[in-house]
Amino acid sequence: MQNNLIVSPTALTLAVVLVMIALAINFKEKIGLQRDLVIGVVRAVIQLTVVGYVLTYIIRVDRLWLTALMVAIIIGNAAVNARGRANGIPHAGVISLIAITTATLLTLGFLLIAHAIAFIPSQVVPITGMIASNVMVAIGLCYRQLNAGFHDQRQAILERLALGADQKQAAITIVRSAIRTGMAPTIDSAKTVGLVSLPGMMSGLIFAGVDPTKAIMYQIMVTFMLLGATSLGSVIAGYLAYPQFFNSDFQLR
Amino acid sequence: MTNIFELNQINLTIDDKPLLQDINLTVPTGAYLTLTGPSGSGKSTLLRVLATLMTPTSGTIAFNGKPQADYLKTDYRKLVSYCFQQPSLFGDTVRDNLAFPFDIRKIDFDSAQAITALQSVDLPETMLDAKITSLSGGEKQRVALIRNLLFPPQVLLLDEVTTGLDPDTKAIVHQLIESHHHQGITVIAVTHDETEVAQASTLLRLVAGRLEETANAK
Repeated sequence: MQNNLIVSPTALTLAVVLVMIALAINFKEKIGLQRDLVIGVVRAVIQLTVVGYVLTYIIRVDRLWLTALMVAIIIGNAAVNARGRANGIPHAGVISLIAITTATLLTLGFLLIAHAIAFIPSQVVPITGMIASNVMVAIGLCYRQLNAGFHDQRQAILERLALGADQKQAAITIVRSAIRTGMAPTIDSAKTVGLVSLPGMMSGLIFAGVDPTKAIMYQIMVTFMLLGATSLGSVIAGYLAYPQFFNSDFQLR
Repeated sequence: MTNIFELNQINLTIDDKPLLQDINLTVPTGAYLTLTGPSGSGKSTLLRVLATLMTPTSGTIAFNGKPQADYLKTDYRKLVSYCFQQPSLFGDTVRDNLAFPFDIRKIDFDSAQAITALQSVDLPETMLDAKITSLSGGEKQRVALIRNLLFPPQVLLLDEVTTGLDPDTKAIVHQLIESHHHQGITVIAVTHDETEVAQASTLLRLVAGRLEETANAK
């Protein structure tokens, strides 16, 4: 196996030139993202460096509780980020935590039972990150669509309520649309996988010298896993979030 | 004669702005009340309070002798039906709208009943599968109105439903409302229309959230 996956500090420093190009374009075209770009680069360097050392330690000591703690931290962070995208939906933090925890743990559990992965930190932690981040994005989109739907279709929802509909009957078309929106990126990437992109895990394995035919087996598993996880996450978040738009008198807040 | 509504000292304040103040009102079963008053005087708010789409800050409302709060909202709103001034239609077709009252009652859609309802407001049978985007304002208002009346309620709350309609459509809508009123439905109608005000049998006037006077116009 050819293994030349060492990025030297010199190579990394040279890669900063690419960031400078992005910055130069921002200044020249007055795009106004310079500050975000610098913050993004600094955060990426710090976060990835820290997580690199943490992962090295967790993989080296290989303790069950430490792996479980890392899984919990990933899920917790994903929930906090998803809440940030809820734009004021009440209880979005708890809803996100329930949705991401359920979707991630069920998917992870299934993969472990099926022996697709082993309960060792080098497999469980990256897979958890992959599932939780995709569910987080799906839930964020779901929230955005719910907010847009309840804003744009306020009159139609009021009319359904006035006709005697319950909350679900009044909001179901918006909830379905939000769940569809949450799942859309995963379904789109499932449709184009291999044609447009060689996604993360498959690329990583090929990069590391694994036979591409074996790498695709893992990628197929990842695609199925993400389809299941984002569906579960979107459905749970959508169904727990929509009642928050109503008060106890079945009126719109 | 029994009273379908008894409102006692109803107040509604939102963001420190009083929308309804000290409303006391008794509505006999089967009455036809016309509610008028300047824009922003609280007419629509009062209808929405009666429809439980808004909750008063204080005061009590009895419906058929029982506190409004004791009813399941979904049951109550099937009995007290609120029609919007500028209704929005759901889904893609007229069928989607007329099927909705069946769906929420978990009853199979009866197309014959829907067609009869369409014909009662001078709309053709073929209208059932018409796209809602192809309907005129008057057609939309008539579809919305029969959507409220497919399963006749006990009370019909009309929020300026004839505003902006041409005289022919207005006459059709009046005829439909009258025929349901004669079958015993209580009607409370908000209007700015001078003819409707002049023809009102019982006229109420709201000014700055207060019921100012009661007059029998006829």
